[in-house]
Amino acid sequence: MNDRVMMKGNEAIAEAAVQAGCRCFFGYPITPQNEIPEYMSKRLPEVGGVFLQAESEVSAINMVYGAAGTGVRVMTSSSSPGISLKQEGISYLVGAELPCVIVNIVRGGPGLGSIQPAQSDYFQATRGGGHGDYNLCVFAPGTVQEAVELTQRAFDVADKYRTPVMVLGDGIIGQMMEPVRMPEYKMPQLPEKSWAATGWTEGCGRPRAVINSLYIQAAACEKHNLNIYNKMNELAKQELLFDTQMMEDADFAVVAYGTTARIALSSVRRLRAAGHKVGLIRPITLWPFPSAYIGQAAQKVKGMLAVEMSLGQMVEDVRLAANGACPVGFFGRTGGVIPGVNEIAEKVLAMKEGL
Amino acid sequence: MAIVFEKPKMLADVPLHYCPGCTHGIIHRLVAEAIEGLNVQDKAIGVAPVGCAVFAYNYFNCDMFEAAHGRAPAVATGIKRARPDNVVFTYQGDGDLASIGAAEIVHAATRGEKITVIFVNNAIYGMTGGQMAPTTLIGQKSTTSPLGRDAEKNGYPIRVSEMLATLDGPTLIQRVSVHDVKHVIEAGKAIKKAFQHQIEGRGFSLIEVLSTCPTNWGMTPKESMDWVVQKMIPQYPLGVKKEVL
Repeated sequence: MNDRVMMKGNEAIAEAAVQAGCRCFFGYPITPQNEIPEYMSKRLPEVGGVFLQAESEVSAINMVYGAAGTGVRVMTSSSSPGISLKQEGISYLVGAELPCVIVNIVRGGPGLGSIQPAQSDYFQATRGGGHGDYNLCVFAPGTVQEAVELTQRAFDVADKYRTPVMVLGDGIIGQMMEPVRMPEYKMPQLPEKSWAATGWTEGCGRPRAVINSLYIQAAACEKHNLNIYNKMNELAKQELLFDTQMMEDADFAVVAYGTTARIALSSVRRLRAAGHKVGLIRPITLWPFPSAYIGQAAQKVKGMLAVEMSLGQMVEDVRLAANGACPVGFFGRTGGVIPGVNEIAEKVLAMKEGL
Repeated sequence: MAIVFEKPKMLADVPLHYCPGCTHGIIHRLVAEAIEGLNVQDKAIGVAPVGCAVFAYNYFNCDMFEAAHGRAPAVATGIKRARPDNVVFTYQGDGDLASIGAAEIVHAATRGEKITVIFVNNAIYGMTGGQMAPTTLIGQKSTTSPLGRDAEKNGYPIRVSEMLATLDGPTLIQRVSVHDVKHVIEAGKAIKKAFQHQIEGRGFSLIEVLSTCPTNWGMTPKESMDWVVQKMIPQYPLGVKKEVL
């Protein structure tokens, strides 16, 4: 499949997963991600895989836990309220060090919210989301093509570090149709899954598998948490991704991810055409976050504006990274409302004038 | 000299943490003997619950999972769907299976997942210190029903086996007890039969085992065994609730 084909984001993510060797999918219907389970229900049996519609998101993520523990590549997908339900399982997957991919096609919240695109699950995604001491690796695609590539990368990163990985798209990424070129997937060199539970006998060449997150002694639990922490620090060093546009001579930066970054890029271009030296910083991994780059950029620019489809979540990471080196403003729309090119440009100009 | 009695190899050679007079030890042994008797140790994958049997992954000498509270049937579903040739079982208590995991067990059963569930019903939350369970009897005292379970306030105990027997997915649902030797032998046969159902690819199998909790019931081991006979069996009648041959 080297030709470009028109695909809806959700279907493209599903096909990318299958081509990356995903052979189990457990999910539960929720708008706006239904095309993922629907596609998987047809596609996975064609490659000898398993599709199962669970009775709830809670069950789906626990089925993922079971399948992941046997060493297969497994995925689930949902949207915001459903991801809240999956948090129990995500915490256990982290604790038991099981690789899997979780797709969140974010909609407006809180509560049942709306079904339109939002980025208001940023805190939940990047701070762990479930109980306990952990961060989740989070990829945030800005186009359908990037959603394909990041989904496949998510499986590799998950296997490399034995951790769940989230692909965080907003409703637009999931629902929009765009030309996609399915890459020829090549699995990188990855560690053997000798920890997987596949059936055991004495002398079979590996220790008995125990897929578990219980460490009842405090010292043992601390040691386990530190192992995960150190592993994730290594992930943070190796797997950081971000994109910059027109930052070379910029005296002002817009920081945005996902669909918002795409809209913001149009705003930046418009401002450039009017003679303003504005650039764009687009985090592609939300955890790890491009803090070092933003910290350096904050020394050079006069100000930054974080733009999100939320009431201000990523902006906290931008402020931490800038560490007071320049003012960091915020503009966001919420509840499923998408910010426009003009209103972002106007916010940039208003902030620049006040500097 | 011939060895006439041995600990099953399916049980790890470690001390169990269970209280004196608790029947988890007997039930562990019956599960281990069933798996050994069917010669599927190398295929067995078990799922431990949250509750008193939370450390079962240290006791069953096969690949094991520890699941979140109530989720063992979902975890087992994931394992079995990914690896249909393995023999997958869950070992769950009544709080785990009949309360927080009610949705998981009902749907695993109705899907006819080819897994075997060992459901240990002692009518109380043991590990957390004796709180009221969905299976606590009317009038039974617990730390969260100090005056005794009152149907008006707390509703009625759930008969899990009878409820699941109404579904089309299960091929074996049976309730057994382990309060005396005769019943231990019967329970062992039932558990073995449940694994046979799975191995032969028939469908979902569940064995409910009435069990004791002397510590939280506030009884001696002997009194506990008598309480099973006098109080529990009338509420939870023994026998095959469903069998599809």
